[in-house]
Amino acid sequence: MRYQGNRFENGGQNVDSREAILARIREAHSQREPEYGDLPRLYRQEGDLDVQDRIALLSERLADYGCGVHRCGRDGIAAAIGAVLGQRGRTDMVASGDLPREWLPDTVRTGADLSYRELDRVGGVITRCSLAIAQTGTIVLEHDAHTPRALTLIPDYHLCVLFAEQVVELVPEAMRRMAGFAERPITTISGPSATSDIEMTRVAGVHGPRTLDVLIVK
Amino acid sequence: MSVYVGHAAEAEAFPRAAETLVADTQLRRNVRHATDVIRRKRARVVDEVPDWEALRETGHAIKQHTLAHLDRYLEEFERNCTKAGGRVHWARDADEANRIIVDLIRATGESEVIKVKTMTSDEIRLNEALEAAGITPFETDLADLIVQLGEDKPSHIVVPALHRNRMEIREIFRRKMKLEHLGDKPEDLAAAARVYLREKFLSVPVAISGANFLVAETGSVVVVESEGNGRMCVSLPRVLISLVGIEKVVPRFEDLEVFLQLLPRSATGERMNPYNSIWTGVTPGDGPREFHVVLLDNGRTNVLRDDEASETLDCIRCGACLNACPVYRQTGGHAYGSVYGGPIGAILTPQLQAMQHSQSLPYASSLCGACYEVCPVKINIPEILVHLRAKAVEQGYEPWQERAAMKAASIALASGSRLEAAQKLARAMQWPFEHDGKLEHLPGMLASWTEFRDLDAVPGQSFREWWAERG
Ligand code: SF4
Repeated sequence: MRYQGNRFENGGQNVDSREAILARIREAHSQREPEYGDLPRLYRQEGDLDVQDRIALLSERLADYGCGVHRCGRDGIAAAIGAVLGQRGRTDMVASGDLPREWLPDTVRTGADLSYRELDRVGGVITRCSLAIAQTGTIVLEHDAHTPRALTLIPDYHLCVLFAEQVVELVPEAMRRMAGFAERPITTISGPSATSDIEMTRVAGVHGPRTLDVLIVK
Repeated sequence: MSVYVGHAAEAEAFPRAAETLVADTQLRRNVRHATDVIRRKRARVVDEVPDWEALRETGHAIKQHTLAHLDRYLEEFERNCTKAGGRVHWARDADEANRIIVDLIRATGESEVIKVKTMTSDEIRLNEALEAAGITPFETDLADLIVQLGEDKPSHIVVPALHRNRMEIREIFRRKMKLEHLGDKPEDLAAAARVYLREKFLSVPVAISGANFLVAETGSVVVVESEGNGRMCVSLPRVLISLVGIEKVVPRFEDLEVFLQLLPRSATGERMNPYNSIWTGVTPGDGPREFHVVLLDNGRTNVLRDDEASETLDCIRCGACLNACPVYRQTGGHAYGSVYGGPIGAILTPQLQAMQHSQSLPYASSLCGACYEVCPVKINIPEILVHLRAKAVEQGYEPWQERAAMKAASIALASGSRLEAAQKLARAMQWPFEHDGKLEHLPGMLASWTEFRDLDAVPGQSFREWWAERG
């Protein structure tokens, strides 16, 4: 039997699995469920924290996951990035292609075109993000040619720059913004790579970056 | 058709398998410890969500709505995924899915694949099919790696190696990874896995994943994970194949706002799991150049046909019902003979197989209701268990004790609320053996149960009083 697209050639007989499955689904239907627009949605869709409180909550949640949380003003980004890298002792850094050059120390290269193996050897990566969720301590990355997925995944250290106005309180608020770029690859990150597979204890540091710093710019 | 669920069709009946496993005190201790930890964490992060009940309500409603229009949403997903450069394949059963995947891999000319945790692939025994075709699968999820290297079987749908403690894991890694001096701290073990798999991630060009959700409206696929092995698998290889049950589709992108709250808090007791990957078809210049989705039926349309049990397909595989279940906590997952253990396994496994196998599973429960209470999508598992017991009986299954209990149950179910009925059934089950509010040894097939069930009889009205009242 050879597989060809959705069809199996079976003794000269075409069996269309797609049609067979859809037909079984249609036969099965007897219950009437409400239309999509009538589904109950009584959960919180809008938060009530102001920007200060959102940042405070986000910082607390990030710290809970073991992330470094740093703050700076708009004209202090370059100095803050330099300071964080110094603290962490990170050199040989790369950055996503869309970061303003003036934020970065001279030694930082653009990492978007590096091979997987080259990324595996760099000291870490600096990117921005699209938004953050205070409630869950989550940052959201939207990938494009400047920030391909491998760039924030293979290096062992990730420094992410976030602006205060990008912080929403609740997951539903975030999803509504994410719907605006849903056709792009999206990664949500809540703390450094971790596992709970050994005796259900969260241990940081498996395959993704083992150290995550977030720089919040006000 | 060849629908199968792992090796469930050949597995021992639950009470017999349970008897052996309950005797393994180390295993029981491991399972109890791990489930205690996760239950505490879950309770803490669920309690802090003021709108948890509303989220559950909506989660259930979205799933029920989707099942009622499943054909439409699957077609919509297919259209949008295809438009974005993905290819959608349909598999009626396990064999067909395995053939599709093997053929897709053969077409790449590769003989190794990396895999990110997918219980669905265990359901269809994909690894066996790959190996038979000369393809080597590498599991990359830490727990799956422990199971694979330990030549073991998964015992939990979220944490498949939950039955192993750190010392046992160290022994497996020491032997298989040839690491003489490996420590037994979880950090050491995680680091060993990182080193062991790094080269595979960077070099193997084909990956297989499951998916937690498919979005009809956009054609997007969502993988929820912790370690980053999921991100590696879905974004580094040249070819990605995602095997997904047909029930995993949700209508709109925004529906994820409900499930991405319900799932992590229920599954690992975290506010959010470390990573979610969401992608749509193929993105030029980033990630796989070839992307396939294999939509799997394998008995799911059997489940759909039964109005009283089809909400089984609402399941988002969080594992909370396993952790909460007093029976699972005693026996561990292997006793269920299926890749799906615990309360959800007890209702899902027999239904997928059209009630032809695993008929003892609906009895692997004391109907205490803990599973229903924690289920983030409000699947009424106790009610479905009762319903499936009746079905099994109709098909001639069952020793006399259970038959007697069932008769009582069907009367109870004909009147009164669901919970009341379940409680009545629990009492009814105990009827022939109850003495002064304690259960005596059960005769026949149920004998092994008295060894491990929490044996206080359900308080309240005794079966005899109740029976008399019902006339
Ligand atoms: S049945 Fe409910 S509690 Fe159990 S795994 Fe599925 S979603 Fe989770």
